[in-house]
Order: sequence, then structure tokens, then C-alpha cells
Amino acid sequence: MKVGIVVFPGSNCDRDVHHIMNDVIGINAQYVWHTQKTIDEYDALILPGGFSYGDRLRAGVIAAKSPIVEAITKKANEGLPILGICNGFQILVEAGLLPGALVKNEKLKFSCKWLEMEVLNVDTPFTNLFKVNDKIKIPIAHGEGRYVIDDDKIKELFQNNQVVFKYKDQNPNGSTEMIAAVCNKRGNVMGLMPHPERASESILSPNKTNSNARLIFLSLKNFLTPYIEN
Amino acid sequence: MLTKKEESHLLKKMRRKPNLLEIDMIDAEWSEHCSYKSSKKFVRSLPSRGKRVIVGPGYDAGVLDIGDEDVITIHIESHNHPSAVEPYGGAATGVGGVIRDIISMGTRPIALLDALRFSSIVEDSNASKSKWLFKNVVNGIADYGNCIGIPTVGGDIEFDNSFKDYCLVDVAAIGLGKKNQIISNHAEEDDLVILAGNPTGKDGIRGASFASKLLDDEEDRSAVQIPDPFLEKLLIEATIEASDIKCISAMKDLGGGGLSCCLSELSDLVERGIEVELSAVHTKIPDLSPNEIMISESQERMVYIISKKKLSSFKDIFNKYGITYAIIGKVKGNDKLKILYRGKPIANISCDLMVNAPPANRKSKKPRYLKIPNKMSRHHYKIDDHGKTLLRLLSNPTVGNKSWIFQQYDHEVGLRTVIKPGANGSVIRVNDNKFVSIKLDGNSKHCYLDPYQGTLGCLSEACRNVISTGAEPIGIIDHLQFGSPENPQIYWTFMKSIEAIIDYCKFMRIPVVGGKVSFYNETMNSPIKPSPVIGTIGLIRDRKHVTGNVANLGDTLFIIGQTKDELGGSEYFDATSRFEYGRVPKVDLETDKKNGSAVLALIQKGLVNFAHDCSKGGIGVALAELAISGNLGIDINMEQIPSSCARHDHLLFSESHSRFIIGTNQADKVKRILKNRKCVFSEIGKINETETLNLRDSGEQIIGLTIGELNKAYDAMNKIMDGS
Repeated sequence: MKVGIVVFPGSNCDRDVHHIMNDVIGINAQYVWHTQKTIDEYDALILPGGFSYGDRLRAGVIAAKSPIVEAITKKANEGLPILGICNGFQILVEAGLLPGALVKNEKLKFSCKWLEMEVLNVDTPFTNLFKVNDKIKIPIAHGEGRYVIDDDKIKELFQNNQVVFKYKDQNPNGSTEMIAAVCNKRGNVMGLMPHPERASESILSPNKTNSNARLIFLSLKNFLTPYIEN
Repeated sequence: MLTKKEESHLLKKMRRKPNLLEIDMIDAEWSEHCSYKSSKKFVRSLPSRGKRVIVGPGYDAGVLDIGDEDVITIHIESHNHPSAVEPYGGAATGVGGVIRDIISMGTRPIALLDALRFSSIVEDSNASKSKWLFKNVVNGIADYGNCIGIPTVGGDIEFDNSFKDYCLVDVAAIGLGKKNQIISNHAEEDDLVILAGNPTGKDGIRGASFASKLLDDEEDRSAVQIPDPFLEKLLIEATIEASDIKCISAMKDLGGGGLSCCLSELSDLVERGIEVELSAVHTKIPDLSPNEIMISESQERMVYIISKKKLSSFKDIFNKYGITYAIIGKVKGNDKLKILYRGKPIANISCDLMVNAPPANRKSKKPRYLKIPNKMSRHHYKIDDHGKTLLRLLSNPTVGNKSWIFQQYDHEVGLRTVIKPGANGSVIRVNDNKFVSIKLDGNSKHCYLDPYQGTLGCLSEACRNVISTGAEPIGIIDHLQFGSPENPQIYWTFMKSIEAIIDYCKFMRIPVVGGKVSFYNETMNSPIKPSPVIGTIGLIRDRKHVTGNVANLGDTLFIIGQTKDELGGSEYFDATSRFEYGRVPKVDLETDKKNGSAVLALIQKGLVNFAHDCSKGGIGVALAELAISGNLGIDINMEQIPSSCARHDHLLFSESHSRFIIGTNQADKVKRILKNRKCVFSEIGKINETETLNLRDSGEQIIGLTIGELNKAYDAMNKIMDGS
């Protein structure tokens, strides 16, 4: 089992995800520099957070035009599990792999804090160990994380079960319907604004207890395990 | 501008008339900002040795050994003048500069902190200007730090009207690396000198000289540099990658004084001459003059010295990250900094001469205002309901909740932030059994009234904050910020401040590992109050010792340390009467050490569930913060608090040093240990689930406030800045 962490110039959560995958979850994860020619060897890909290309023009838009994203798109269509976290989510949206758009937070400020979200869809490679309505304590850290989508498409999104997580109690950025994570129709590509890698070790949580946010990565491990062993 | 005395010194040493470029180069390097000519002899007397000190204060970061081959690097810098005229860019480039000091040592930056000073943002004719500065400084730090992926984990803030039309922006950075990775800064003849990063432009020309005079108008925006955090991030990664494979022999970032200061200091570091060809420098615009190239302060640039055989690996790495670089010269066997332009020599100065500005002998004289205070110490203020006074203090942005600031900073990237901002010190994970704790503290109100005791107080407070997290203090950094050193009364306050650092650090045996002096912090209005900022770095060797400040239900509260009638320069006086005289809290070194080590021992024995330091706003504020943190009630018997105060308000709001409040569920053991250590202490109350803060004296209620009421007042900054 091998997971690729796609690194663009300006990605800055790549090392964090690498540590969590290898040292905490126990999945072999390797960096994939954005100029790498082939990505055939990976069983899943993670696009980590950060500021690819300095968030110039618009978060994620430049990275979305890079050649490796063409290869990622091909893999996405073949059903490879692909997870975009924060800037990774922004890139996947800009690349057209996920619906909607991520725009500046309603209050126009960067916001870094812990909050709660709830689970809506448990049929993805990243949520199969959750139960519907589970609550997850997790931090956000973004300036452009307000999820928006056309009024006519929002219904479709819920009907297709593409809203994976919603913020609970408070809307930190003005997202439509408090949406924190969406997936594609097939469910193999998911993007979320909060940072599960920051909530995967008890010592990093505010009350020093384990958060179930790590189930996002464990779900991926669970999803890949039988697949590999066959 | 060089003084007459400096000019004649230069002439004597060079034995010829310097040309205009040489004068520009010398002017930058001999500016107060780069040369420390008014402070060097005092700064050198700071105790900077210790068993953990690998590199003490110098050009870049200090290096501390934290065991198992791990080292941390630490540095502090300010960007006050630039931030006062262009707060966003000034603050952002301040972050960039200090980060490059950390990577210059070959270490990876892992945390940032900032200490900020503005004039009042409430009820003041100047508040809108101050809010504008504050908002944009925070935004500048956030945008830069967030983009480069270094968490801003904490800091300190004060609002005081001596910062009218001005601000202080101090940024500290910590790096982490292995002992054998530290760049040794050596060079051989014919090694290559490479300039990498941003093309050189017209931005920040004469920035160092600009920072070495009073801020007289705001026409100097072109002296402020332009930030590019994305390029900085690439420089960080490329530099670390190159230094990991031992590709770099020496390096230095470009800061104040640009290429000119960088090359002379680098030459001083490697103890060899350097010859560069300026037409090789990549520039933003084609018609830059050699003078402009030499003193431009365009940001995100580094100079590397590498041996020729490493060139191809250097190229591979820098090409991978798409960073522009140019081979601009060579290392020479002499000690000269020789500048060529299109093959023609245009400057030739001895590096020794450049980096050793003639010291400026400043006169000092006790300020006049310090001779009157005691006559006026009997001031009149209305004694209000103490509960109301407490709410008023909590709603002072200097005291209250700082989340408006730190939530704009990505304080968690890097997966190291164990104790997050807003508590005492911030705790950063090195590995699962080793942590570094850090806090910056300052108190310009105290330092104004008594620069010696005030500075001791900053040291004591920063150490208490770090101890409260369970860490042993292992290093101090200082940033000494004053008005013009040419004013004897200001210079006197600077000397007192230095004296305090020497006395404290010698007594506590904590080395000073880095620091900075910043003079000329004045506008046309007035000089700032003396504003030393002290940073303490602490080490925690066991995961179980990491201690927060969140109240725990059922715990017994103890106070350690005596509360004295010391309200000079207190937030209480400021809030009730704007009274700026009186006796400031004194630090008794013996007691400070005793109380600090007792609390640390209690934590290490596993007896402390949470700890909090008592400082601005006194016991009243400390207890309110504890109640808010745990959303729990607290009951206090005030008659139990060891004190020499005759009045309730003084007992509640005195800012006496060396005091801690701790929570425990093993009261008897705590008592026994504190007794054995001969500490002044007492059991003062309990944490309960009532959600009210109750303080009683012999049964009579003095304060009774709900957490809701406390929180509402405490959240003032959010309301002031966002209106919600």
C-alpha cells in the first residue's frame, strides 16, 4: 500500500501529512513533487494544505493548471481515492474534479481555530469508519474556505450524497449550507477545508484527548487494505 | 549620514578620500541599525555563556543545545519604522527577515512569535489611526507567516499612548536542527559567492539609515520593502535541502543595508575578503546604479558561499525550486571587500573597518520626570465597586482576550503547537518527549517609571510564563527599544535596562542567546516609553510535565508569592485615573528564583493540574482568566492571600512579581513541599461548577461575577476591531 502526497511549490502541510500517515496511521506515504512524470505506483493520493504558488490570482488556481493535475484527473476518473485538504481542496475544485468554488471567508480574515463538524456521507474511501451524524472535533486554518455553489446545484449535491461533512453549530466562513467537505459523484475524490492531520494526535488537541478525525485516514487504510491483499 | 567624527575616523583608516559608493556603504553599515555603535559595548557585557550555548548573540540566530544532538536556534528582530509608515509590508517583511536569520544557521524555522505595541484603540482621538496600524500589522504578519507555513504561536501586546502615530513590531523565530547541521561559516579562497532569490530593485533603498533616525514624516514609504512570502518559502526549502547535503560553506541573509552590509558581515564571519561584480546581479529594472544595487533592501535574498565542486548540486536544487540566482563573485585571501562594475573597480574597503564602526560615546543623565514622582504619589481616584473595576480591566485590550490576533495566524501548521497561544508560554513539540516553551513579555508602563525594576519585571514575567508550562528556562533573548540615544535621559534608561538584564541573568544563570537594540523610536510627538521586550526559552524533558492553564473542576487553588502594595505603572491606575506615577513592583531575585523553582518542582512531581502567572491586572485578572479558561466557578477567601496591602483594590490589582496561581488535587503534598522550600504561599480557594467568580473577605462578598459577565468584558478586542 503506497500513498502519494502531491507537493507543489508553496505546499506547507506536506510534511505534516507525511508524519501522520507514516508514523501515526501506519501507511507508507511518499512525496510526489509536482514535476514527477508518472503517478501509477500510488494506491491513493493526498493533496495537502498550504499556499501553492503563494495563492496568487486565487487559491489553488495555478496548481490546478500544472501537468501533474492532468495525470491526477485521469486517475480520478479511473476511481483512485484522492483527498484534498484545505489548499488541496481548493486545487481539486479549481481543476474541476469537485463541484462548487471556494472564495474568501465572509469576514475577509484568515481563521485558525478548532470547531466541530458532523458526518453526512459514510460511503467514501475516507469516511467508511464513521457513522452518519458522528461529530468530529477538528481545526480549520484558511482565508479562502467559504464553499459556494449555484442554488440549482446545491439540491443535486445533497441528493447525490456529495456533502460529506458539515460544520456544526457555527459557520466559520459563511459556507453555503455550512458545507465543510464534498466529494465527486463517484465518491472517490473528496476535498475538505479542515485539517484532519492536525487532529490525529491527542497531544495536539486542545484538551489532549483523541479526536476521531484520524478516522478519515484510517478509513483510507481500511479501504485500501483488502484491495491490496487480494 | 556620517558624523564629522566618523568621517575623520574613516579618512584616517582608509588613508584616502572614500568615493560616493564607499560612503553609501559605510553609511549603511555604520548606521545605528547595523552597527550598534551606541550599544555595542554594553550588549557585549551581557552574560552569554552557558553549557547549552553553542553560538551566542551575533549577526544571526543564537544556537542552544537541547540534548540528543538537537539544537534550537532563536532570534528576534523588529521592523518598527517601516511598520509605522506601511504597516502591512513593514510587518510582513519583518517576519521574512527573522526567518532568514534562522535558515542562515542551517536550521528549519518551526515557530514565530510577535510582540506588538500601539497607542490605544479605545476612546481616543487617535484610535482610528491606531486601529489601522494594528489591523494591518496583524494582517501583514498573518499573510506572511501563514503562507510560508511557519506557525505564529504566541506573543505579547500592549496599547499605550506613548506609541501615538507609531508602533513596535518585534518578531522572534525559533529554528530546529541537528548539531552537526549548523553552518560553520568558513570559506576558502576562490569559493563562489552566489546571490539568490528576489531580483534587486529600488525598494527599501536606505532602509537601515531610515531606521536610524526619528520618524519625521510619512514620505519615506519607498524605504519600506515589499514582501513576497512565496519566494521566501521556496528559499527556505532550497536552503535547507542544500545545507542538508553540505552544499553550503557559509551564508547570510540580506537585511538592513542590503548587499553592502551582508557582504561585509559575511566577510567578517569567514575571515576572508570578497570580490564581487555588480553587473552580474539580477535586477528588477535595467537601470539600477551600482550604489542602488549595493544598498537596496529588496527582500527574500540570500548570499551563499559554496566551493566550486558543489556548484552543480547547488544549481540542481535552486533550479528545482525555480529560484533565480547569480554567481556574483569570489572569496579572496585578503580582508577587502572589493566591488567591481563591468570590470572596473568601484569600491575597495577593509571589512574590518566596515564592521567596526567607531563607538558613539553617549552621555547619560537620570530623566527629569523620575525626580518628581514620589511627591505626587498620593493621587486621588474613585474607588468603584471592585467587580466593575475588574470588568473594566478585563476589557482593556492589553489585558483581555487576544484571539482576534492569534486566530488570524495559522498557529498549528507543523504539528508542533502543544500549548496554543492565549495561555502562558506556548509549548512547541520537538519530539514526543521533548518540548520547547517560549514567551515574549514587556511592560513599558513599568519600564517608564523604573527602567531597572521594570526590565527585571519583564524578565521575571517571561520566566514565570515559561515555568508555568512546566519548562525550565534555558535562554533569554532581549529586544531593547528606546528613543534617540543622543538624548542623555533616554540613554540613561537604556543603560538601566541593560544593567537589569545582566543582574537577572547572572543571578539565575540563564544565558542571553540573542538580542537586538533599536533606537530612534520617536515621532515628532515624543519618544516611546522605554520598551524592552524579553523572550524566555524553556525546555521540557517529559511529556507529563507539559502544563496548561485551563482550570480543572474540584481543584484546590494555591497562590505562591507575596502581594505587595506595588501599583505604580499598573493597569489599575491606568484604567482608573491614567495615573503614571508611583512605585513599580520590585523583583527580589532570591524570592523570584525560589518561587520559580518551587513551582517547577511541583509540576515535575505531577502535583499541578494547571498553573497561571500573575502579572498585568494582578490576582483579579489572573483568577478571572482561570474561570474563563475552564468555564468554571472559583471561590476565593481573600483573607488567605499573603499580602501587605491594606486595601482590597490594591490586593486585587497589584502587579507584584514572583507570584503564581496553581491548581492541584493533592493539596497536602503541595503544602508540604512549599513549606520545606520556605515559600510564601497559601491555599486560597477552590474550583467549582457554579460558573461564578466569588471573592470574599471574612465572609463579606467583594466580587461576584458570572463567567458570562467576565467573558463579555474579556472579549473587548473582538468587538472593537470587528464590531461583533
